[in-house]
Amino acid sequence: MGMTTELLINAVVAGILLGGFYAALTVGISLSFGILDIVNIAHPAFIILGSYIAYLMSATLGLDPIVASVVALPFFFGLGALIYQVYYLSFERRGQDPMRGLAFFFGLLIITEVVLIMVFGVDYRYVQTAYTDVTLHYGIIDLPMRMLVPFVVALLLVAVLILFLSRTFTGRMIMAVSQDATALRLLAANPVRIKRIAFALSVATASVAGALLIVIQPVEPSIGREYIGRIFAICVLGGLQSLPGMVIGAMLLGIIESITATFYGPSWAPAVSFSLLLFALAFRPAGLFGR
Amino acid sequence: MRTPTFLLVSLVLGAVLFALARALGNDYLFFAGYTVLQYLVLATGWNILGGYTGYVNFGASAFFAIGAYTSVVLQKACPLPLPLMVVAGGLVAGLIGLAMGYLTLRLRGAFFAIGTLALAVVLQTIVVNWDYVGGSRGAYVLRPADIQIAGLTLPYVQYLFGIMIVLAAVAVTIARAVERSRLGYGFATIRDDEAAAEACGVPTLRLKLLATVLSGALMGMAGAPLPYFIGYLQPSSTFGLDYAINAIAMPMIGGTTSWAGPVIGAVLLGTLQQFATVTISSVANLLIVGLLLIGFVIVAPNGIIGLLQKLRRPASGTSRTHHMLRGLR
Amino acid sequence: MTRILDIKAVGKRFGGFVALDNVDLAVAAGERVGLIGPNGSGKSTLVNCICGALQNDSGTVHFDGVPLNGLQPHQRTYQGLARSFQLPRPFATMSVADNIRIPLLFAVHTRRGHHLSAAEADRRCHELAHSVGLGDKSDHAPSSLTQVEMRKLELARAMAADPKLLIADEAMAGLSDSEVDDIVNLLLRLNAEGVTIIMIEHIMKAVLNFSQRLVVLVSGRKIADGLPEDVLRHPDVERAYLGQ
Repeated sequence: MGMTTELLINAVVAGILLGGFYAALTVGISLSFGILDIVNIAHPAFIILGSYIAYLMSATLGLDPIVASVVALPFFFGLGALIYQVYYLSFERRGQDPMRGLAFFFGLLIITEVVLIMVFGVDYRYVQTAYTDVTLHYGIIDLPMRMLVPFVVALLLVAVLILFLSRTFTGRMIMAVSQDATALRLLAANPVRIKRIAFALSVATASVAGALLIVIQPVEPSIGREYIGRIFAICVLGGLQSLPGMVIGAMLLGIIESITATFYGPSWAPAVSFSLLLFALAFRPAGLFGR
Repeated sequence: MRTPTFLLVSLVLGAVLFALARALGNDYLFFAGYTVLQYLVLATGWNILGGYTGYVNFGASAFFAIGAYTSVVLQKACPLPLPLMVVAGGLVAGLIGLAMGYLTLRLRGAFFAIGTLALAVVLQTIVVNWDYVGGSRGAYVLRPADIQIAGLTLPYVQYLFGIMIVLAAVAVTIARAVERSRLGYGFATIRDDEAAAEACGVPTLRLKLLATVLSGALMGMAGAPLPYFIGYLQPSSTFGLDYAINAIAMPMIGGTTSWAGPVIGAVLLGTLQQFATVTISSVANLLIVGLLLIGFVIVAPNGIIGLLQKLRRPASGTSRTHHMLRGLR
Repeated sequence: MTRILDIKAVGKRFGGFVALDNVDLAVAAGERVGLIGPNGSGKSTLVNCICGALQNDSGTVHFDGVPLNGLQPHQRTYQGLARSFQLPRPFATMSVADNIRIPLLFAVHTRRGHHLSAAEADRRCHELAHSVGLGDKSDHAPSSLTQVEMRKLELARAMAADPKLLIADEAMAGLSDSEVDDIVNLLLRLNAEGVTIIMIEHIMKAVLNFSQRLVVLVSGRKIADGLPEDVLRHPDVERAYLGQ
């Protein structure tokens, strides 16, 4: 088998693993933007926050970062609930124009990043786990554990959320509120409370996604912004209200980026996702799978 | 006040400012003054799209950087006097604005905002990979120590300050002229209700494209003299957070519906940041800007101008609303 | 009879849902047409397709001989088509007078031979505001207007575009009897000045008082088109409304 074919196959495999991870990054936005129509561009900053908290717990308590992120879930859930409450009282209830909502989240993005810089500095942080340096080999295919484990956890996370939204009562209320808040009120449910739970969930996913990120690569406070385009590109590609569609979009992006990085160099990778986003927005804003 | 008169008044004020700085003789004043005025132009440019039409551009730093990098390219390929570099920076940035507009303006506001972020990263990646302008290592620009103008020998930083004064006067005059013209009415309808605007005969796409071009051009012009100001240009800081957030925070804090808002925001916030950088740290000042942005957006959505209007006419009803309204007087 | 509006075989789908199915409609210049139908019958979709807010999937729309397919809403307004919105959509940061000024600045001002000076525009704004009874509120913000005043502003703004055809989309919903009469009289006056009017309404009294011709839309299809008395006796129409 030729060298290029082998490279290509590994690039595709790496892309799939990367895509799974991207799905974990994006699932929070699928909830807040796709279902609640809230443009939370601070989400990547919360992911980085998750990375740092996982790092901290790993360094001080010796916990595996992914386990640490699960422990940190309630904190992120609470943070999300608080942010939604402020957002709701300041914007949604007043019927303010969307510009102010966007500015609010942009401000949060900046503040989070700056606070991380002030507390941790700009140096890269990384974690060392039992599996960081392990790579599985299957014939010509290499499967680095530091990508494989996040891939598995990511898909688990998305699967749990899909089940939650379709099988549990609260989950179905969340799907319903995105379509008809009035009908929900008639069922004697409080739409604000439902939306708050949904938003809190979306921020909670950032905890896990952050831990996965720091397992895959070293982090520093400003890399969140690199991911904004990727995340929204995936949402647009996969269709805003379809979680399975989002996963496929994530895989697609992962594969394209991986191939670009392998054959043209990693410094071009961000341009790939963002260009894809721009063209997707320009020509198929409803996504490959429709809204 | 008619437009040419306003321009004249602004230039005269600028000349006074310049003379004052020279009289006080402190070099730092020129550096600080340049920085604040640069933000003024950046904020004014941003506001033409963001404030007047309501389309939020998160990629302001890209337009700013394009202006700066145009100067770098010209400096290497075909050096021009600085005023022409400024115009060139404006032209290139304006063209980028047009391209961005074609790609993203048909979208809902939120998608547009995300598109602008995407564009900023694409442009940054291109610059980082382009060796002619130094790539990620950065580009050095040799700045002359002084310059001969009309028989006078000026230290170069004073020359830069003077250029920025003129640019600021021009930018504010343009913003005010647009605001009071038919174009300004059209922009406001787009902000208030785009579908209704279309039904009233407003060619919304055409106006939005105009706004992106004008906005991009002004932001590019703000960045054009930068390489000469700092001598060394690096993509990560030129495309950085600093400019992106200030471009948004200054108009939002000052007030987005009028040309005066970005001016107030830039002067207040710019001066505050100069203080904070010197007394605390340059990172802390971004934190302050972020907190102020969120605070104002929640508490005072119409910015400082809105607050001043509320103070002047505490009674509710027609008089207050009258004042908040636009009009060709 | 000059046909000012000629709609042939217009269709519109949203995914699998057929909102408009092969709708034909011809309106003569100067006519007063009433368009009625149950909720969800496609009346608003038809208006949106005529005015360009939506593009029809099939069929053609001709206005005064000009094919409208593919034209943006503002281009159609420029041709002489105007509409008021079902839920009033005033420009919130502008005064009543300035709201009315917008179509003057953009639709009328740009027409050949129609350049308005600032003074003329001002005068026309106040004239229009006065004609709908908002003369002494020209400087007010839309947020300070009552429901019926907002409806009047909607109509005044549509009239400012100097249209040949005005579509009044449920301009009277929720108004009292005397307020309904106000609006009907306004539209009658407008018609007397030569403006063709299509009135979309649920308030039967108003539609019957006003219309020379009645068109009925049910589930995206036109089921009746003719004199009001004839249409109301039509068995399909009775069936459509008896179920309400």
